[in-house]
Amino acid sequence: MSHDDHHAVVVPAPGPEFVPHEVAHHFSTPVQEFQSGKLGFWLFLATEILLFGGLFAAYFYFHEVYPETFRVGGQQLDWRLGALNTSVLLLSSWTMAMGVRSAQTSQKSKTLMFLGLTVLGAAIFMVIKFFEYKAKNEHGLIVFSELFRPFIENPDGTGSLAWFQDYHGVMAGVPHGHMFFAIYLTMTAIHGLHVVIGAGLIIWIMFGTAKGRFHAGYFMPVDLVGLYWHLVDLIWIFLFPLLYLVP
Amino acid sequence: MTTNTPAVATATPETQAPRETYLNCSSGFMSWAGTLDHKRIGIMYLVGVGIAFLAGGLFALLVRLHLWEPEGLLFSNLDYNQVFTLHGAFMVFLFVIPAIPGSIGNMVLPLMVGAKDVALPRLNLLSFYLWLTGAILATLAIVLGGFDTGWTFYAPYSLYTDKAVVTIGLAVFVLGFSSIFTGLNFIVTVHKLRAPGMTWFRMPLMVWALYSTSILQVLATPVLGITVLLVAFERLYHIGIFDPRLGGDPVLFEHFFWFYSHPAVYIMVLPAFGIISELVSVHSRKPLFGYKLIAFSSLAIAIISFLVWGHHMFTSGQSTYAMFAFSFLTFFVAIPTAIKEFSWVATVWKGSVALNSPMLYALAFLIIFAIGGLTGVILGTLNVNLHLHDTYFVVAHFHYVMMGSISLAFFAGLHHWWPKMFGKMYSETLAKIACLIIFVGFNMTFIPQFIMGSRGMPRRYATYVPEFEPFHQASTIGAIILGCGVALMVFYLLQSLLSGKKAKENQWGGVTLDWHTPTPPPHLNFDHEPKVVHEVYDYSTLDYESMQRDAT
Repeated sequence: MSHDDHHAVVVPAPGPEFVPHEVAHHFSTPVQEFQSGKLGFWLFLATEILLFGGLFAAYFYFHEVYPETFRVGGQQLDWRLGALNTSVLLLSSWTMAMGVRSAQTSQKSKTLMFLGLTVLGAAIFMVIKFFEYKAKNEHGLIVFSELFRPFIENPDGTGSLAWFQDYHGVMAGVPHGHMFFAIYLTMTAIHGLHVVIGAGLIIWIMFGTAKGRFHAGYFMPVDLVGLYWHLVDLIWIFLFPLLYLVP
Repeated sequence: MTTNTPAVATATPETQAPRETYLNCSSGFMSWAGTLDHKRIGIMYLVGVGIAFLAGGLFALLVRLHLWEPEGLLFSNLDYNQVFTLHGAFMVFLFVIPAIPGSIGNMVLPLMVGAKDVALPRLNLLSFYLWLTGAILATLAIVLGGFDTGWTFYAPYSLYTDKAVVTIGLAVFVLGFSSIFTGLNFIVTVHKLRAPGMTWFRMPLMVWALYSTSILQVLATPVLGITVLLVAFERLYHIGIFDPRLGGDPVLFEHFFWFYSHPAVYIMVLPAFGIISELVSVHSRKPLFGYKLIAFSSLAIAIISFLVWGHHMFTSGQSTYAMFAFSFLTFFVAIPTAIKEFSWVATVWKGSVALNSPMLYALAFLIIFAIGGLTGVILGTLNVNLHLHDTYFVVAHFHYVMMGSISLAFFAGLHHWWPKMFGKMYSETLAKIACLIIFVGFNMTFIPQFIMGSRGMPRRYATYVPEFEPFHQASTIGAIILGCGVALMVFYLLQSLLSGKKAKENQWGGVTLDWHTPTPPPHLNFDHEPKVVHEVYDYSTLDYESMQRDAT
């Protein structure tokens, strides 16, 4: 902190409504800073994909072991709501890309508008998701109030779950009916968490944009949050057909 | 050794202020706790992993003391499960994985590539605090009822036990991200922050090793993250995928776990290889034999290690063909590893070897790692493995790698860069004695375990049949000797900070960039941006005068 004896590289602001960007002390050029941030973030995205990779592996494995469970389970999901949510996320990816483009061309109000629309997309997605969960709750397929109740051991060595009641008996004919909904819940909940984190990041970026920190000379944070948002979208693009459409 | 210190101090002219180094450039608690300087973060990591190592070592001594008698000396059988689990979990997750990259790697990697810092200094600090959070959570888990699953958390037991598995799982998840962020940072640093002239094949092999490690950290650790999360979900809301009562498959857990944890073995050992590569060259004053082969073998190990996880599961129930493939691929890893071992030996051969204490630790590594590596090939052999699986032979094998090789390499690196880090020298005599004690104690601990294992002593048992008593007692005595050696090492290292002699500017005669900066380095690492014009390990460029001059 007390070491400003070196000369910091400063990227000038393109206009009075923007602030100049000071390159971090250990970088020689803004390009080096940008490339470092970008490479680091791509690596982080790789770890995110691998994290979901474990869940996808579990999905494929149990789809293979209990195909009937997954067929009947998938039919309990409303593909129209899933498709709607897919469209919402795809649109929000477009608004995000436009937001990044506007930041790169120093168009402050346009950036704010597109980022705001992206947050709106995230909110719509979560609301639709909420109603989907609510329907599962009402059918006893995922009883959220009973989620963390202890495991009930049956005399024959099998177990029963408090959160899987299946009021209408739709999963009665297939083995381990809870399995589909456990995987559905885990995958969509972790994805939903990413949507919420992504929206939070976008809001944080909007504050920076309002202060004029991002412009043609420095837009890395907008770019990186954009990449994150596209990943959130991309993962959903795989989740939607696997959970809602695959027979 | 204490008598001449005041004399030197008074001889320094009062008008001349001490040179500014990363240690004295700022002071106060926040100047450390909020630092972005990779060297200070490295020191904080060093303190952290050092404490974790001593705690893990204490648990190890308790395990060994308990096994003094066939019926067990100290604990109930259930408590014994907790003590060996604590030993394993602390050593693996809090010490061996972060130790070398976090402390020595953080300290020397930016110096070695000629950068002012790592590429993402804030992420580096975050990585340390995640480590600290993980350490606190792990300690909290002990308070909340402990954990008795072994460090491997095998399902279904980890799903059924009433201990604090969720807390320790969370600790492992957080520690995983600490490890990921260190690796990510190093990859970006190596790609983007090399000094002018520092081409890929002028990078010291420590950098190559840390780079290969980082690839593994980034690509393997997330899988462990999701695995421990899934175990936590199983316990919280019974997702069912690992729980056979709910139609799940416990073997799937083992696949997930070892998909990370086998590469993790190389996350642990590759940095150790890097240290040994540096040390055998510097202390033999000779360019490394087979520089490119060692560099590429690190990458080869990084890649092949993703394909061998099944060799941990030969008795778990996988198809015969899978077992053939995993056994065959396991042999493959031995090739790049052997290339390294032979290259090191060839480097020492006819070099002008200086038996400094770091070199003694490195030579001890060469002997111990040869045993540790070759017993790994024995265990990778399918039919032999079926006999030796889950016996003390496995325990002895991986301790030859984890403790004997990695920890000794860590000690070697610590002794090598200690004068660079602090500008102080420890007592070389005590260091050599400690190295000898550790070497003897280590072998005495684990050679009996090879013998017991080959005769069928199962691992993780709290009691044993009386025939094994002399072996267990020899092993326990060895562990106590080993503990004394480590205690001596801690003593003289701490003593050197208080009253150690000044180190030389270039204590050992290294020629990589980390020795081309003042000792200890200034806050921004170099007084002038380095330009690299020489090949790495070119000892004709060695400035002998810097080996005589005291560090300032």
